Amino acid sequence: MHAFKYHRPASIDAAAALAKGEAKLLAGGQSLVQAMKLRLASPSDIIDLGAIKSLAGIKSDGKTVTIGAMTRHAEVNHSADVKKAIPALAAMAGMIGDRQVRAMGTCGGSIANNDPAADYPAAVLALNATITTNKGRHEADKFFKGMFDTALQPGEIVTSVSFQVPKRAAYMKFKNPASRFAIVGVFVADFGGMVRVAVTGAGPGVFRQPEMEKALAAKFAPESVANIKVKQDGLNTDLHASAEYRAHLVTVMAKRAVEAALK
Amino acid sequence: MSVKVSLKVNGKPATAEVEERTLLVTFIRETLRLTGTHVGCDTAQCGACTVSMNGKAVKSCSMLAMQAEGADITTIEGVAKADGTLHPMQAAFKEHHGLQCGFCTPGMVMNAIDFANSHANPSEQEIREALEGNLCRCTGYHNIVKAIGAGAKAMAAAAAG
Ligand SMILES: Cc1cc2nc3c(=O)[nH]c(=O)nc-3n(C[C@H](O)[C@H](O)[C@H](O)COP(=O)(O)OP(=O)(O)OC[C@H]3O[C@@H](n4cnc5c(N)ncnc54)[C@H](O)[C@@H]3O)c2cc1C
Ligand code: FES
Ligand code: FES
Repeated sequence: MHAFKYHRPASIDAAAALAKGEAKLLAGGQSLVQAMKLRLASPSDIIDLGAIKSLAGIKSDGKTVTIGAMTRHAEVNHSADVKKAIPALAAMAGMIGDRQVRAMGTCGGSIANNDPAADYPAAVLALNATITTNKGRHEADKFFKGMFDTALQPGEIVTSVSFQVPKRAAYMKFKNPASRFAIVGVFVADFGGMVRVAVTGAGPGVFRQPEMEKALAAKFAPESVANIKVKQDGLNTDLHASAEYRAHLVTVMAKRAVEAALK
Repeated sequence: MSVKVSLKVNGKPATAEVEERTLLVTFIRETLRLTGTHVGCDTAQCGACTVSMNGKAVKSCSMLAMQAEGADITTIEGVAKADGTLHPMQAAFKEHHGLQCGFCTPGMVMNAIDFANSHANPSEQEIREALEGNLCRCTGYHNIVKAIGAGAKAMAAAAAG
């Protein structure tokens, strides 16, 4: 790991003032610290958000569930409020990595990182979330820009993410057994007449599946998606799975997610 | 350049000037000389470096020492009683042959203690899921799973007095 200067600001404003040039924000460190060890990232300064109390916590008001950027995956997984309002979101957080990773990894870190196989981006997109930062708001549909890229400007700090409470929802993930990241993950959310289907792991970034959304809006049932053939063009081929296999898995996971949402 | 890190390790205050890029595991092993916490992979995969931070199991190779500033850390050296009586989870690993070479064991035990604190009587399935972040090259996990089940029950019994 290359040397850097370390900062531990106590407020969002102080963090924002430091977030310049080659500086990088540090949340749980579960992606960034490993990337720094591999010298994939060599920031001049590390701005540790760990001491900013206002960035952590969960609020639920019936219509939305708002998760602070520094809220750990384990907290979301165990939160009674999240389990009550959006059980699929609590369950998704419990599927990330392993229990040690969930004790450190954060909501803000996951979405800012936008790993193409990460779970949170699927939840953000399917639950039509709003991402609040120190500079304003981003809609889910305009936030994810493909592999490891988002609408965040340099130095912009995610403060919280507000998820819309659906009528019913479920997330199904076909895990890579070694890394636990999604080979394909599908998050289905039914808002009553309007359905959102978000797919992670399959392509270079999270995306919606409009054909499935339309079919499910007409009839929210597994058979509505069971015969939808997903095109393999643009999907990932790597040592874990071919594009053809991933395309097939999208339909299988979508069908299972609808089944789970109906339970 | 250096920063001052102050935390508690196994109940005792520990303060040192360290390089900013010092990992928590490096601080524990090299500054404090507590070498029971192991480094297996150094890439967040194997869990050999697992310690407890404020009661929660974390991978100490995947965080900076400064991320533990002000925290309460427990390592494998801190779980037995001062008179050497093993922690119920350690005793269960011994009893059920939950180790062969022992390299993964400190991380297994630290993760298992945190897990058992919220699972007094876990199922085999729950234990296997809890071990997703810990790798063992020797045992095939079977006896580790048995040990954790027994250790969890023993911890609950000890807590009930
Ligand atoms: C073994 C292992 C298995 C994993 N498995 C999964 C998995 O199955 N699914 C999954 O989704 N993820 C998985 N992860 C990733 C994990 O969820 C990470 O915690 C997450 O991707 C990053 O969150 P973090 O809080 O650790 O962020 P960090 O690593 O601290 O930061 C990540 C990036 O986000 C930026 N950032 C952090 N916070 C903010 C903020 N508030 N505003 C703006 N930018 C910010 C940082 O500058 C950095 O670029 C795994 C990780 C490990 C080590
Ligand atoms: S050494 Fe930390 S997870 Fe392997
Ligand atoms: S006992 Fe040898 S690695 Fe687990």
